[in-house]
Amino acid sequence: HQVLRVVPQSNEELQKVQELQDLEHLQLDFWLAPRRLGLPVDIRVPFHSLQAVKVHLEASEVPYSIMIEDVQALLDEEQTEMLRSSRQRSLDTNTFNYEAYHTIDEIYDFMDMLVAENPNLVSKLEIGRSTENRPLYVLKFSTGGTNRPAIWIDTGIHSREWVTQASGVWFAKKIAEDHANNEGVASILETMDIFLEIVTNPDGFVYTHTTNRMWRKTRSKHSGALCVGVDPNRNWDAGFGDAGASGNSCSETYHGPYPNSEPEVKSIVDFVKSHGNIKVFISIHSYSQLLLYPYGYTETLAPNAQELHELSAKAVAALSSLYGTKYKYGSIITTIYRASGSTVDWTYNQGIKYSFTFELRDTGRYGFLLPAKQIVPTAQETWLALKVIMEHARDNTY
Amino acid sequence: RAMELPSSHLSAARAAAAAVGYLRYLRGGPGRGLQLRELRRARRQDIDDVGHKYYLELELEDVLDKDRTVNCTAEVLYHLGSKTSAPDVQVTVQGELRSTEDADQEFYNRIRSLEKELVAENIPDSHGNVPPELEPIHRLAWVASGYVIWQNSTENTKFHLAQVKHVKQVKRSDEDLQFDFVVLLHEMVSQEVLPWEVTLLWHPQRGARVAQSRAAGAGS
Repeated sequence: HQVLRVVPQSNEELQKVQELQDLEHLQLDFWLAPRRLGLPVDIRVPFHSLQAVKVHLEASEVPYSIMIEDVQALLDEEQTEMLRSSRQRSLDTNTFNYEAYHTIDEIYDFMDMLVAENPNLVSKLEIGRSTENRPLYVLKFSTGGTNRPAIWIDTGIHSREWVTQASGVWFAKKIAEDHANNEGVASILETMDIFLEIVTNPDGFVYTHTTNRMWRKTRSKHSGALCVGVDPNRNWDAGFGDAGASGNSCSETYHGPYPNSEPEVKSIVDFVKSHGNIKVFISIHSYSQLLLYPYGYTETLAPNAQELHELSAKAVAALSSLYGTKYKYGSIITTIYRASGSTVDWTYNQGIKYSFTFELRDTGRYGFLLPAKQIVPTAQETWLALKVIMEHARDNTY
Repeated sequence: RAMELPSSHLSAARAAAAAVGYLRYLRGGPGRGLQLRELRRARRQDIDDVGHKYYLELELEDVLDKDRTVNCTAEVLYHLGSKTSAPDVQVTVQGELRSTEDADQEFYNRIRSLEKELVAENIPDSHGNVPPELEPIHRLAWVASGYVIWQNSTENTKFHLAQVKHVKQVKRSDEDLQFDFVVLLHEMVSQEVLPWEVTLLWHPQRGARVAQSRAAGAGS
């Protein structure tokens, strides 16, 4: 492996470097992603791709230097782990390994298996397509009725927050199990439906597997934008573009050219509006161990802030009861930071009174790289908090 | 004079992160990894013409000695209008930290006796794994990044070490160990993941010091 450095001095050079990002088979690892002219781009290039990369750059006369001659990994734990886990696809949701991180194909297979095993409870809806044309799937859990009041849960809107997609998979199985055993959320399912979008940002998720584990945003390229991707949690029509988001496409909190510019966001907006009966909306992120309610874009208190605060206290106590994991809670703007255009501010303004954002484990020791053995404990404790919120909504219809 | 802050308040959490960075730099090592368990109490004082001072009561733990509680108090002073100076941090640890003399010496001997200089990358890996023999290196990365975090913290930032992208040992003619790190720091407010190059020198008796650090790519 070598680490090459390119310092693009013209838009042409920058484009040539950006093109390399799309060549997934090269398995390039961008230590410093292309941002703007004059800033270095550092690329770790595996041995088998060296010639191709150098040819690509040399053909367009893009100068590069070799920063590190030979990157010798002590243990290529990552590669062996992925190889180990890519061989054995499980045949049903009982042998599926919930204690490991999975690829998008494995998660989409899981969904199909869950539906096949529980045809009277679970169905799979395609609510749209991502920028790179991947299907956006939502699992619907319903015991019948027509357009029942519903609970929405999404995970993985920020692709690097891997414990969330993994928890989403566990939640899906848990709901099916509870229903089969007539316990837990079975009572909620008598009167309410649950919608669960596990891979809310599939393009970003694939990118975290193939190229950059720290990728957060979508993978859209808007005309005039220098960099790729929009922060899907700044793209909603609530305080859009206000302080708390960036207008710079290279920023991790880039709000995008206009609200709902991202199909990943628009598809949910369309779904929520056409459903018309969603009563709880929960968007799941990591990390920080926080339970948050609106608003992020303004210091104005949400009309039922008091109720949300008390409900958060109960939910967090339930979460904590399992493994002692400590959460803080409060409004987004006072607890974590000012954020405009965020998901739950929009859903709350649509009238979904119980709109919450979770930030799951941990508090920074591993951050986004949470060890796989913490997936199940995280999902288990989070589920207890989710149940408190769902039960409250069931008992406080509006 | 000093206003009480709810410990859930974001400014208290940010000051705590700066204090922990500083403490890791001062007291961390291959055999000791301090992390924040709980911010117990926070007060803030606005000092005219000087800046904002936070008084914190922190509960920490050593990841190698999790049953024990390490209590400490910290004062973090962010200087007014200053974008280039680090906050002044003072930390007082109550009681004694577990001794790491033996572990430190063992680590030192092991690294000194390596024929080829140690090189590693992606610690932890994508799945959160850290091979056991690299755990002391990971903890030294906490020390190195603790320095950078302390030096670069403001009231509008909250840094964590996201990953050690690369580490290379550099053999020296003196008795220090030298590790050249490329660390990825996650800044919570902007959500940016920022690469930093940090050269850390460490000695079992003399402790750690950062020889140089810079945002990766800067000034080249």
